[in-house]
This record gives sequence, C-alpha cells and structure tokens, in this order.
Amino acid sequence: MKALRCRECGREYPLVATHVCEFDFGPLEVVYDYGRIKKSLTHEAIQSRPHSMWRYRELLPVAHGPTVGCQVGFTPLVKADRLAKALGIRECWVKNDTVNYPTLSFKDRVVSVALSRARELGFTTVACASTGNLANSVAANAAAAGLKAYVFIPADLEQGKVVNSLVYGARVVGIHGHYDEVNRLCAEIAGKYGWAFVNVNMRPYYAEGSKTMAFEIVEQLGWKVPPHTVVCMASGSLLTKIHKGYQECIKLGLAAEAEYQIHGAQATGCAPISIAQKAGLDFFKPVKPNTIAKSLAIGTPADGFYALKTMKETGGSAEDVTDDEIREGIRLLAECEGIFSETAGGVTVGVARKLIASGKIPARDAAVLCITGHGLKTLDAVNGAVGHPREIKPSLREFEGLLEAESLSTVNT
Amino acid sequence: MPTKIRIPTPLRKLTNNEDVVEVSAATVGDAIVALQSRYPGIQERLLDDTGAVRRFVNVYVNEEDIRFLQNQKTQLKDGDEISIIPAIAGG
Repeated sequence: MKALRCRECGREYPLVATHVCEFDFGPLEVVYDYGRIKKSLTHEAIQSRPHSMWRYRELLPVAHGPTVGCQVGFTPLVKADRLAKALGIRECWVKNDTVNYPTLSFKDRVVSVALSRARELGFTTVACASTGNLANSVAANAAAAGLKAYVFIPADLEQGKVVNSLVYGARVVGIHGHYDEVNRLCAEIAGKYGWAFVNVNMRPYYAEGSKTMAFEIVEQLGWKVPPHTVVCMASGSLLTKIHKGYQECIKLGLAAEAEYQIHGAQATGCAPISIAQKAGLDFFKPVKPNTIAKSLAIGTPADGFYALKTMKETGGSAEDVTDDEIREGIRLLAECEGIFSETAGGVTVGVARKLIASGKIPARDAAVLCITGHGLKTLDAVNGAVGHPREIKPSLREFEGLLEAESLSTVNT
Repeated sequence: MPTKIRIPTPLRKLTNNEDVVEVSAATVGDAIVALQSRYPGIQERLLDDTGAVRRFVNVYVNEEDIRFLQNQKTQLKDGDEISIIPAIAGG
C-alpha cells in the first residue's frame, strides 16, 4: 500500500479511514507498489500458503497481515457440466461463495479486509449499512475479533438475515426504508461518530477484498482468466473488482494476457445499471427497488458508473430477470449442481441463461458464474415455489402407493 | 424561507466546520448559489463544468433524492432540509 487515490481526479490521500475525495467526492482507491509485489507474489509463493483469500495478501490493503477472518475464502470453483448443458453452453463453472467462511456469502471477503484494517487504525467499534449479507458478516467477524458492532439494515429484510446478525450479539438497527435510505443515514452517522463503517469510511480497504474472488478463479482455472464471467450487481462494486483482480493477475504475470468479458446481472425490479447498459448510456438513473432479490436492491448504485465502464471496456453485457426467473435460476442451480443459492445467485443464473440464449455469451465458450450467497438465508423467497413434501403414514403400503402414483404420473407426462 | 443544509464531512473545511448551514432559497439550485456566496469554492465541489450535480454527489430534499424530484429545479418550502451525501458502496 502506498496511498489512497481519487479515481476521478487522481489526488492522493494518506492511508486513513476516509473514502471520498474532498474535492469532487470521487471514490478513493488503494495504490500499490506493483513492482515490489511482483518480486514476492509468484505462483510458487502463493501455492505454498494456506488455502484462504490471504494467500494473495500482497494485493490486499493491510499493513501487517490479517487479524480478522484469516480462514476466509478459497471457496470451490465447481465445474458445472449439468448446468452447462441446461444453459446451452460448452463449459460452465460456478464460483461457489455460498460456502464462504464464516457467514456463507462473499461479504466475508470484504469484511475480513475491512476489520483487519480497522484494527490497524485503532478502531474498537465497527458498523455497516447492509442489505443483509454484509450485516451477517460484520456481526460474526466483529464478535470473533472482540469488536463492538452496529449494523443498519432495511427493517423488512428476510428473517434469516436478521437472525443471522442478532445471534452474534451485534446491535442491529432496522430502518423503515429501503437500502438507499439506510445508506444515506449511515453516511450521516459515519460523519458524526468515530466508528469504522466498513462500506463508508473504510470503503477503499473493504472493496479490495472482492478482488480475491477473481484471484481464486484464475488460480483454480490453472492460472487462466476465463473468457466470460457473470457477476450480480447491487452497488456494482464486485463486478469492477473482479475486473481489477483479473487485471492485476495479468499485470503481475500470474496469468497470461487474455481477452475476457465481464457481464452484469440485476433483478428487473431493481435494474438501474442493466437498464443503462442496454440503452448504451454511461450513467444510470436511480430507481426505487421492488424485487425478491433484496441483497441486490440498491436503487442508487455507488459504483454503477464504474460497472458500466467495466462492461464497456471488456465488451461485456448486462441483463436483468424477473422474480419468477430468479426462482427458476435458484432451482436450476440446485437441481443441476446441488448448490443452493440465495436470490442473488438466481439472478446470476437467470441472466447467464438469457445472455447465452441471445448469443452475447457464445455457446462455444466457457463462462464462470459468481454465486455470492447461501439459499438458507432467503428461504422465504422460494418457500412454496419448490414443491411440498408428500406426507404418508408410516406404512409400506402407503409408500408403494405413492411410488406407483408417481410412476404413473411420470408416464402420463 | 430558511432551508437547512446538512454539510458532509469532506466539505466542512469550507464551512468553518459547520455541519448545518441555513440559507434562503426558492430551489435547490438557488440554495447552492447561496451556499457559494457565503462559502466561496463550495459550488465547484458539488457541480461539474456543465453545472450538473457531480456523479458521486447525492443531494436529498427531506430524504428524497432530487433525481426523483426536479433535480436542481426542485422547489423548496419553509423548513425543508437538504442533505448532501457522497455515494456509498453496497452491502
């Protein structure tokens, strides 16, 4: 780490807890000394380290190594042959962050970085504005690190996500309003109290954690950048950081120079970035979210502008899917690969299907789908849409009757 | 018609560390002009060369994003509150 730099105007700032340029409010980003990193971060060095996201620690913004979430990451990259067939593409991979440690979403990556850095900067209270997954991760990782946590969420969040924050002893504040309103309030709170807000004043550090998903994909593919990557978009941050991660791998010689496209996925009920991309615009219009994909329900996406830029630069596309298509995507991933994703993953699968059908992702190619959170967190979204158990008495005759009825109905259909 | 404007941390150096400033203005655009006359230099932090609100600046009137209202033409009435807030990453 050398400094923080504004992505808009290039002004530099010291490595403290601050997130926007004082001049134009542009987001600040960590600057690294790549020349130096290239000397130590080799294939051999990485492969000799533990299987966690911290095996790429030179590319993460902490001064003295991780102290929170040392086991996070290195989730499976699953070769999804059955899903590939269902989607009509030659080769498909699922980056399975539904089993990330400890809270079953990709947010454990960003929180591990943010809290490790927050400790280095001397904070004892951490906080976040969240659509749920981030709240779970901040609550859990703060508990394990002995930090005090405040998490702010929309009050109407899925019960699974609320309980998953409360259980760790975090102070959970439900706001009557959607995420953009939670965000606005948190920006004001962060300005007033001396807390480490992971996605406000700690954002430059926090956001870098997402790159590890890209590093792992590259390593798990045998040090190759995949030709297509499909990523869901809420603020759009993950999509831009996957791109940055691939770029860093190429820059450092960890992967060969390659053409690749990054595609963005949103829910039709909250699709400001997708709408703008499809209209060929480089700016988005904010929307009021209304979708079952609550973890993606950000109507004013902070990184929307850069997400559009990333898709344009890589030749990627955006698309969006309805609530029914989201449920269908969740089912498809579960039935083909045995992976139960939350609604955001249903969005990614549904959008991948659309992009393959329209030829924007050619059927002869290979694609990686980034699946970011576990389905047990959003049971309400699919409850009732995946059938019901058939109930019988504990009698063999009844069971055989059931089987017979089933085989008849199979024959009939 | 006094309107309260909440000043975000990055801009308080320009407002002598005041976090709330009161101005009299008929619209959001007028409020920015009034702010500029009292705290020279603040306008170019909020607006780009074309006079539009900068990409990473969000402006709210009574908690509503002005992009859902009439942007800088949004009318102000007595007791309205304007918040100026940098965009934030997701969660």
